[in-house]
Amino acid sequence: MNKKRLFEWLVQYGGLSLVLVALVLFFSIQSENFFQRSTFTSIANQIPDLTLIAVGMTLVLVIGGIDLSVGSILALSSAMLGLLMVDYSWPLWAAIPVCILTGALCGLLNGCIAIGFRIPSFIVTLGMLEIARGATKVVTDSQTKYIGSSIEIVGDPLPGVLLSPAFLLALLAVIAGQFLLSQTVFGRYCIAIGTNEETVRMSGIRAWPYSMTVFVMSGALCGLAGLTHTSRLSSADPNAAIGIELSAIAACVIGGTSLMGGRGSVISSFIGVLIIAVLQTGLAQLGVSDANKQITTGMVIVIAVLIDALRSRLQK
Amino acid sequence: MSAHKPSLLKISSVTKRYGETTVLNNCRLDVRAGEIHALLGGNGAGKSTLVRIISGLVPPTKCHMEFQEKSYAPSNKREAEQYGVEIVQQELNLIPTLSVAENILLTRMPNRAGVIRYGQLHQMAKQALERLGLNDIPTTALVGSLGVGQQQMVEIAAALDRDCKLLILDEPTATLSISETEALFEWLNKLRERGVGLIYISHRLDEVARLADRITVLRDGEYVGTYSAQGVSTEEMVHLMSGETQQVSASQSKTLPSQQNQQSSIAMQVEGISGGIVQNVHFNVNRGERLGIAGLVGSGRTELLRLIFGADVASAGHLKLFDDPTPHRFHHPSEAVKAGLAMVTEDRKENGLLLTQSIRTNSTLAAMIRKFSQAGLIHHRAESESTNAHCNTMETRRSSIEQPVGTLSGGNQQKVVIAKWLTVDASIFLFDEPTRGIDVPARRRIYHLMDQLAQQGKAVVIVSSDIEELLETCDRIAVMSNGQLVESFTGSEMTKDQITQAAFSGYLDRQTTA
Repeated sequence: MNKKRLFEWLVQYGGLSLVLVALVLFFSIQSENFFQRSTFTSIANQIPDLTLIAVGMTLVLVIGGIDLSVGSILALSSAMLGLLMVDYSWPLWAAIPVCILTGALCGLLNGCIAIGFRIPSFIVTLGMLEIARGATKVVTDSQTKYIGSSIEIVGDPLPGVLLSPAFLLALLAVIAGQFLLSQTVFGRYCIAIGTNEETVRMSGIRAWPYSMTVFVMSGALCGLAGLTHTSRLSSADPNAAIGIELSAIAACVIGGTSLMGGRGSVISSFIGVLIIAVLQTGLAQLGVSDANKQITTGMVIVIAVLIDALRSRLQK
Repeated sequence: MSAHKPSLLKISSVTKRYGETTVLNNCRLDVRAGEIHALLGGNGAGKSTLVRIISGLVPPTKCHMEFQEKSYAPSNKREAEQYGVEIVQQELNLIPTLSVAENILLTRMPNRAGVIRYGQLHQMAKQALERLGLNDIPTTALVGSLGVGQQQMVEIAAALDRDCKLLILDEPTATLSISETEALFEWLNKLRERGVGLIYISHRLDEVARLADRITVLRDGEYVGTYSAQGVSTEEMVHLMSGETQQVSASQSKTLPSQQNQQSSIAMQVEGISGGIVQNVHFNVNRGERLGIAGLVGSGRTELLRLIFGADVASAGHLKLFDDPTPHRFHHPSEAVKAGLAMVTEDRKENGLLLTQSIRTNSTLAAMIRKFSQAGLIHHRAESESTNAHCNTMETRRSSIEQPVGTLSGGNQQKVVIAKWLTVDASIFLFDEPTRGIDVPARRRIYHLMDQLAQQGKAVVIVSSDIEELLETCDRIAVMSNGQLVESFTGSEMTKDQITQAAFSGYLDRQTTA
């Protein structure tokens, strides 16, 4: 990497990384127990669900859409996993494809309705949020399905590296997502569609296959997140991941992704996820009450977006 | 007889500049109470700007106006309304989600302590509509559910209902049927008798001849003259607007353009294309030819290009390209681009550019898959090289190719749009108002570019409201009027006068057009 590229990287990710480092430093000074390997491995094992979802959310936001149904799709995929592994005794390797497929199908449905009928994805996915959650309760009979050790291997740290397959999977998704967005025609078209779909059309490009793929990808990533979530809890909980859509959107927005479409970075969203996770863990270690934790998290979101807005105004 | 009527509005001098372009230069107008005063002029003559200044919508650069012999300088529409000046504009100013009655009485809703009295509201609205013979428009209907013609009538009814002394109508009949137009005229005559002054803008010269007492003609922002309507025939109106009597036409004074590079093999045959207001248009354009399409605003020029390009789908007709005998009717621009067409759209901000994205992203957008990728991966270096090359040849002023196009000047933005299509190697170029809002040097650069394209054997179709631009840049000029392609001129026939006459011709015979 030459100097110019390095400089560009610093400009793009420098500010955010600085916030992350500052938070880590702050908690390390405030709490003796924070700067330890156990803290970091526990963060690493907590964030795969949110990371996977944030990757998909970034892509959806880039094309100018939004996906509110991610939490419910996660729960439904997880429920399918539980159903197949507990009630039908399927092995893990056979249940995983069904789990991902469930998410992808939900995403496909979102995309078909939003794109086919030109309905704002906000409304379509709001409907899916309810539908998928209801379906989850049907599948699980509103009971938590305990799966046990057969699924825990996904979430347990691998010997030697201390990182779980789930975390590595999420990391892979981040890298692949960033690659997709910045290095491929697909990513370029997504950014173009989010900026001005009519210009894209008048440039002789059919937009819908790209938008559709993005919705399907978001769904499939929710399916994967369903897998990592289930493995962490060893069970499929019909009430899993309620409200995770807001955390994912917050992570993307902290990372500088525009809710208006046309601008976003998967790596930045990942840093956003890390900021939220560090904040949560650090505040918990300091013994801050839940109420104050919420207030602080909310303030950090607003401040991060404020800094980003000021920065881009200064650039102009 | 009208000479005895008192003066209502007197403008002794008005000038309006946008940056360096002068839209109105020292124009005059004087409207009397109880007269219908027609304002005539071709595209860009400054008619709309003038009436917008009168109604307070646009601030003038320099102006001296008197209303009822008192100094008059409205700073906004409300202030003009307080004087009794009302305007009905070409674009509709209604709220589609409110009812007809609410729209008509929007600024003066009958109420008691803020609570709308709906009975009275609908009663008042009904009266306003009935005055124009509009008994069939329910006052409870939402404006958005009405057709465009009916919406226009609602807007006129709303303006007429307000107590006005001066009423300005900018192209009121463009979307109206014959019976609606007749009802409107009847009411306008009544207003005239009542002593209201009317300024009337229309492309339909027969209407002007029928209605107007006096006519003021503008040309390219200059005042030409004010005439009594009885003394001027429609032919003379055209002459006054085009400003040509027996002058040497622009095309004769210059070297015959690119006759040598017309390879006279057909690039595109358009056969009977229809859709929207465009009716049954036929024309050919050869390789190496620059074909201009002239016509008034609203005559269907943009619509024609959009139908050819597949941005709108034609209801009938087809095109044939080069030697290929198969007829095409494109359903999406992607099909047109694949077949070698390119379209530089009228509104580059709306659908020509990705404003927040870089020059690089915009330049390579259309050719991304074909030229700058392999197995879905982008060749960033090839992309940058191509963008830089096009920027250099077109002299696009930039800090780097990563600069967002939204921060460029209009001329440089247009160069980026054109670069996008040069990058795809299109062979048929459709330009819709290619130099709108562009400074003179950039304009020159774009003319030069269109010439180069023709010399490379590409077919170039240019739609422009500026006849002189077409005379300067085109080998042949076709004229659209009221949705039809009425005539086409080459060589010495290409005169401003001929073109202006053809542009108005489709509006003269109302019976066949409405």
